[in-house]
Amino acid sequence: MTDLTQLGVAQIRDGVRDGDFKARDVAEAFIAQVEKGRALNAFVIETPEHALAAADAADAARASGDLKPLSGVPLGIKDLFATKGYQTTAGSNMLKGFEPVYESTVSGNLFAAGAGMLGKLNMDEFAMGSSNETSVFGNVLSPWRRNDGGNAGITPGGSSGGSASAVAARLAPGVTGTDTGGSIRQPAAFTGISGIKPTYGRCSRFGMVAFASSLDQAGPMAHDVRDCAVMLEAMAGFDRKDSTSLDLPVPNWEANLSSDIRGKRIGIPKEYRIDGVPAEIDAVWEQGIAWLRDAGAEIVDVSLPHTRYALPTYYIIAPAEASSNLARYDGVRYGQRVAPENGNLTEMYEATRAAGFGAEVKRRIMIGTYVLSAGFYDAYFNQAQKVRALIARDFHQAFESVDLLLTPTAPSAAFGLGEKTADPIAMYLNDVFAVPASLAGLPAMAVPAGLDGQGLPLGLQLIGRPLDEQGVLNAALAFEERAGFKARPEAWW
Amino acid sequence: MSVDTATVRHIARLARIAVSDAEVEALAPELNNILGWVEQLQEVDVSGVEPMTAVIPNHLRLREDQVTDGGIRDAVLANAPVAEHGFFAVPKVIE
Amino acid sequence: MSTYRIHGATGEWEVVIGLEVHAQITSSAKLFSGAATEFGAEPNSQVSLVDAAMPGMLPVPNQECIRQAVRTGMALEAKINPWSRFDRKNYFYADLPQGYQISQLYHPIVGEGEIEILLDEKDEGSAKTVGIERIHIEQDAGKLMHDQHPSFSYVDLNRSGVALMEIVSKPDMRSPEEAGAYVRKLRSILRYVGSCDGNMEQGSMRADVNVSVRKPGAPFGTRTETKNVNSVRFIMAAIEYEANRQVDVLESGGTIVQETRLFDPDKVETRSLRSKEEAHDYRYFPDPDLLPVELTDDFLAECRESLPELPDAKRRRYEAVLGLTPYNAAVLTAEVDTARWFEDLLAQLGEEHAVRAANWLMSDLFGALNRLGRSLVDSPVTPKQAAELLALVADGTLSGTLSKQVFEIMLETGQDPGAIVEERGLKQTSDTGAIEKVIAEVMAANADKVAEYRGGKDKLFGFFVGQTMKAMAGKGNPTVVNELLKKALG
Ligand SMILES: [Mg+2]
Ligand SMILES: [Zn+2]
Repeated sequence: MTDLTQLGVAQIRDGVRDGDFKARDVAEAFIAQVEKGRALNAFVIETPEHALAAADAADAARASGDLKPLSGVPLGIKDLFATKGYQTTAGSNMLKGFEPVYESTVSGNLFAAGAGMLGKLNMDEFAMGSSNETSVFGNVLSPWRRNDGGNAGITPGGSSGGSASAVAARLAPGVTGTDTGGSIRQPAAFTGISGIKPTYGRCSRFGMVAFASSLDQAGPMAHDVRDCAVMLEAMAGFDRKDSTSLDLPVPNWEANLSSDIRGKRIGIPKEYRIDGVPAEIDAVWEQGIAWLRDAGAEIVDVSLPHTRYALPTYYIIAPAEASSNLARYDGVRYGQRVAPENGNLTEMYEATRAAGFGAEVKRRIMIGTYVLSAGFYDAYFNQAQKVRALIARDFHQAFESVDLLLTPTAPSAAFGLGEKTADPIAMYLNDVFAVPASLAGLPAMAVPAGLDGQGLPLGLQLIGRPLDEQGVLNAALAFEERAGFKARPEAWW
Repeated sequence: MSVDTATVRHIARLARIAVSDAEVEALAPELNNILGWVEQLQEVDVSGVEPMTAVIPNHLRLREDQVTDGGIRDAVLANAPVAEHGFFAVPKVIE
Repeated sequence: MSTYRIHGATGEWEVVIGLEVHAQITSSAKLFSGAATEFGAEPNSQVSLVDAAMPGMLPVPNQECIRQAVRTGMALEAKINPWSRFDRKNYFYADLPQGYQISQLYHPIVGEGEIEILLDEKDEGSAKTVGIERIHIEQDAGKLMHDQHPSFSYVDLNRSGVALMEIVSKPDMRSPEEAGAYVRKLRSILRYVGSCDGNMEQGSMRADVNVSVRKPGAPFGTRTETKNVNSVRFIMAAIEYEANRQVDVLESGGTIVQETRLFDPDKVETRSLRSKEEAHDYRYFPDPDLLPVELTDDFLAECRESLPELPDAKRRRYEAVLGLTPYNAAVLTAEVDTARWFEDLLAQLGEEHAVRAANWLMSDLFGALNRLGRSLVDSPVTPKQAAELLALVADGTLSGTLSKQVFEIMLETGQDPGAIVEERGLKQTSDTGAIEKVIAEVMAANADKVAEYRGGKDKLFGFFVGQTMKAMAGKGNPTVVNELLKKALG
């Protein structure tokens, strides 16, 4: 019998449907794998009973002939999604023990589609980080190691580090991620998997712990393009409970998948060639261009002149929104409370928030508070929102002449744990290629392209027009077919 | 622009985060560094540019005026660190 | 124009007043959640997960709240902004679950407008226009209770997220009376529009009172803001106290600090809240969870069409079309409930009787309600019954005296006037035969007085009228009685 944990989302769905194996067997195989993979620290909590119940329901549904789109597929859920009755912490001490009485729309959609939950996935605290080193539950390890024979811990990227690690190590066939400034795409690139951030508004933000509301988007992470399409179809959809949700039907992305991209025009933004990026990144980018050309696409040079301002813009807007979004963690209605003896309300707030938040979260709250404070609003926040409009306009203009953009996903391969924690800005630079599409709300997907000299994965990013997830997925599929990325991390855990 | 320790304390106070002297000393140069870096936005010519208001063109949907929620006091209080007699409880506020 | 002045040691001072009125928008559900808004519910029973700011909860605006704010703006002749948006006002307090209040700072839904106030209802010349700066929509906070536990304050979030309109006036008022008239007029308009019930005791309307003083003609002085004053009387008292306090401070060489103050209704004074007030910096920014509010032409047209006749227009119509005195018109239009009652009555009686109906309402009905300690809304007499009573007078069935008798019985029993007249035989009679017969009897019994009258003592005529009416138990038609008596006495 095949090792069921080697299968992807679509394969499991099809296999259960065709009676090749039982959903129960799939769930048990992954549950065992999750237990075996604890050294990766990818899961915050394991929920085998949820996965098994969904599997049994799937097996029963097959018998009665009413299988759902994800029947039999066990998934990992990032701990940013509220899961009813299951601890939801956003990787923060602040929410340790918090059990929501409600379900996020995205996880609810997946469960309604028949999926089960293997557990909640570790992440950077409140999704703030690019290396999964800010979680109160500790660092997540990538299953990948450098090919130097050493056993140095490698980051899976962040903030969806637990998600990326779990898929790459085959602890789960697919997972949810969230992307505020690259948190799906950068970890996907670091771990050699695929992940798509859809157009802002495709997936409801209801029940997703907010980091930066105007940027946060949920999306799937999985082994390949098809699996991402399958999962995104189940996750996305209009939701009245989110005012920014798009009132549009969910396209049949999977059914319309096609790697025939002949005649598509693909832009190569010159501003994404930046100093200090390793030659291997440029090389893999050139390789990617060649593959798409081979697939019949026309390659066009384009300019996105405000690209270099995207990261500073992001580091004003995201902390500003976060400083406000995280004000609700005050020790009054849920979560941790630290109340000094005989302390007043303000002292309770200050002690609670000092103990509940980690260093990076505090840093961003402070930055956000500062840029919104009296006298600085126009110079920082309003200026950033104007530059953001210019960045979106750059994309809009580029998309008048091209259908898609191809860029690197991250400026390097995965780095070692601890290597960048001392310098926040060096860490922030990880998202230099991911952030512009976030600011403009565009669909963007990371696909693995190859390995670098140290044997670590490198990925490229496809960015599409608003709502053109199909175009992105199709080009990614054409890319995937040519890249033939089959590398796997060796199981050392 | 320069963030001194007094500013750090002020910001921490606004954000309701207790900071030790050592943290203040450490945060001041860090925040300075980050704010100095984002400062480069000042050089962008934004004349005639409206600040972004909607990430993706979309319009605000409004709810009907109907009572569809509430009556879930126990659920609302379920995760409260301290709840008594149907209320959340906080250290006494002297007004 | 007000000539209200504070007479200080250094001369006269003028008071400058601006009001920020928070009015609860009438709606079934809250501004951003589906929880109910009813007053007086069990603690935390009208709280959704959105109101409690649970992680991942998002606001979805209630259309009715937007509509009511727009209608209110239209009623104040204000500029309606077809594009507005919600901002977050960030601060920490235990009654504010999100850590921010969703409000509108940069782009309010309603811009400049105005309200005409009448300082003296009998004098059109006492009218004054007070400018409206803006109206914006925002969320109310929850409620803290400090007296339930020795070391805890208790938090009830039932009010958290209830929709408010903040109606900001220009600093156009110059006396406590003007401020009182402004609040009463504003409340009246809100009630006409139906956008706020105006119940100040329940907190549906409360005012932040901005006061400064200056020497007449001098530039504005520094103002203080007295928060959350919840009755017209208290608003006027707070202004009076605060203006005098400021004059005292200034005249003794001090300066006024721009600060937030609290009104103490027991001591009738304002107190500084400075201790609680620490460098507020609200860090307003557009709420990224919400898109801009864009009002369509259709929506605006619907809002405008749904507006009722407003008090000023109604008052003018009552004077010009119905012929009411300015005073009666002012009183009958001051509150929508009164006007509605009066118009219900007219609808059945006919507008040609408006003057008589107004007089009856102002004297007989208001007098009776006063006596009974009841208001018009719970009057024991319905507009329909009142119309019937007045119709019986108009068609001669009842004399003035009889109508008063019938009215008293109506107040007591709640019966219809027709039934009372029927049952108790209170109908006035104009039957000349019957009246002549009574007159003959009266004259026979008072032959001496008849002689005196005929001898020139004209004053005795009243005596004969009285005797005749008495003999007829008040039911004789006075006109007919007079006529026939004159004839009989010669
Ligand atoms: Mg105010
Ligand atoms: Zn207000």
